Amino acid sequence: MENSSLNISIKNVTKKYDEFYALKDISLDITSGEFMTLLGPSGSGKTTLLMVLAGFTNPDYGSVKFGEEEVILKPPHLRGIGMVFQNYALFPHMTVEQNVGYPQKLRGVSKAETSRTVDEALETVKLGGLGHRRVDELSGGQRQRVALARAIVFKPKILLMDEPLSALDKKLREEMQIELRQLHDTLNMTTVYVTHDQKEALTMSDRITVINGGELMQLGTPNEIYEHPENGFIADFIGESTLLPVQVKNSKATIGKTEIKVAQPLDKDGNFSLVVRPEKVFLAPSKKKKDENYFNGRLLDSIFQGESQLLVIDLESAGGEAQELRVRIPNQSVTDKALPAIGEKVTIALKVADSYVVS
Amino acid sequence: MSLTTNNINQNELRKLAAREGYTFFGLTVPYLIMVTALIAIPVGWLFYLSFIGRDGTFSFENYERMWKSKAYIKIFITTFKISILTTIICAAIGYPLAYFMSQLSRRWANICMIGVLIPFWTSLLVRTYAWLVLLQKKGLLNNIAIDMGLISEPIKFVHNTTGTLIGMVHIMLPFLILPLYANMRAIDKDCMKAASSLGAAPSRAFWTVFLPLSLPGLLAGLLIVFVLCLGFYVTPAILGGGKVIMAAMKISSNIELYFSWGAASALGVVLLVVTGIILFIASKLVSIDQLGSR
Repeated sequence: MENSSLNISIKNVTKKYDEFYALKDISLDITSGEFMTLLGPSGSGKTTLLMVLAGFTNPDYGSVKFGEEEVILKPPHLRGIGMVFQNYALFPHMTVEQNVGYPQKLRGVSKAETSRTVDEALETVKLGGLGHRRVDELSGGQRQRVALARAIVFKPKILLMDEPLSALDKKLREEMQIELRQLHDTLNMTTVYVTHDQKEALTMSDRITVINGGELMQLGTPNEIYEHPENGFIADFIGESTLLPVQVKNSKATIGKTEIKVAQPLDKDGNFSLVVRPEKVFLAPSKKKKDENYFNGRLLDSIFQGESQLLVIDLESAGGEAQELRVRIPNQSVTDKALPAIGEKVTIALKVADSYVVS
Repeated sequence: MSLTTNNINQNELRKLAAREGYTFFGLTVPYLIMVTALIAIPVGWLFYLSFIGRDGTFSFENYERMWKSKAYIKIFITTFKISILTTIICAAIGYPLAYFMSQLSRRWANICMIGVLIPFWTSLLVRTYAWLVLLQKKGLLNNIAIDMGLISEPIKFVHNTTGTLIGMVHIMLPFLILPLYANMRAIDKDCMKAASSLGAAPSRAFWTVFLPLSLPGLLAGLLIVFVLCLGFYVTPAILGGGKVIMAAMKISSNIELYFSWGAASALGVVLLVVTGIILFIASKLVSIDQLGSR
């Protein structure tokens, strides 16, 4: 199969607005054909980075290469990228067909070929036969598909997407996530995807770049980012988690006065946080085991959430301060044994293998 | 299933809905009274007068005169020529300005908007006489140009078509800019970015995306300006110096000099009909709500 994608190499890209860094020395390599997600809270700089790739924002300095070619000085229309915008940015004065055919018309593609590629692109996004519709006759999901068809019709080697699903409702968004992922696998374009939705990022990406405050926080596969966050921000931002303050001294970790065992070697002393994810903790069995850490507390609240039961637990003496911990118990069977009552004392367990501290 | 047993409060709820309807309709009453008293009745009266001849009987002579008299035909040609030229010049000046403003941040755009609106808030008469002071034979502009040695004889800026156009363009410009700017502001900036990312050079993106999307605003502005020009009186009367005679001035002289209400009314009716036809054609050309919607 022909190589229809390009790798992207970002080096030292920095953008400053007055005293505020939108991007701070970002260096990042995106491999050819990869689905890379730029993930961060709003105002983190992720969109700015995408706009630098697209050519709509010029950084103060830094280099962006598509393949071997430096593109930082190239205007957007010469970069040959496909781009999907948050609010679709379809041309309201054109039909679906004219929208999708627009890039082909710009490229001087013949009428017959344009018509063929437009049909093909519309088929790809499952909108075959809707070419004659006006844009305002389409639903949000359909509009997003048109925007996508328009961005891929000229077979760009790089596809940029700026929160393309954020305007859709939850159910449709989740369907589109899977579909976009499958589409990426078929088209094999290098895809850079911006989102603030960590679940979306985990679902779709080959790798995720977490950005916060204009800085690159962590780069890794969804699994690495979720299981081994490099710092408290990421642990908190990706998935649900409670951070329990941990003191490390002489390779020993303690919460308050209780020693805990952790999965990783501890070579630095100081204050750390134990990442406790609600789905990794469980009600302790009566028989204690060596490979588990235990926490005592009182059940504050118990919430039925359909697929799971969420227990909110007030931890006892977690370093003196009141500390809430969440435990998610999967709803596997209606015959599950009774849960503790609110106010009751409970002991919860976390496997040592899942005990992970971050700075 | 029958609903008859469950129609609790049905009548009361219907009455409530009806009362809300009346209240809502009530909001239009002041306007309806005003339109009837100040527009419908006088215009109807004028319409009637236009069919009354000099001898006080029903006749078409007021309309026939317009058709046959060369003076009237000339007035119509002048009126349309001045109106079309003013509209075109306004578009040529206003479009780039509105575009510029639409690309600024809100803050700077508002400052520019004040610049556009300040003349708008100044009396029409004051502005027109100000142009006269500026442009007349011994006016500011000619004096400066002569002092600087650029010209030896004063240029005739006023009491002709040029002066009329300068004054009218200045007065009409805000009417073009306001709807156009509002339209341009509403154009999704991402549309231009999308065009650019898809491979359109800036000029191409402008012609294929921005211009078509700004057409409804442009058309609205052109229409307002053109229709206002057709009936404009003050500025052409002062800056035209009696040499540029437009329809409104003829109406005025018909009444003030010749006391011919019939002739004046007929001219008014024709102007009204022509304006109506133009609006109708324009609404057929571009459906504003269709183009504007996203």
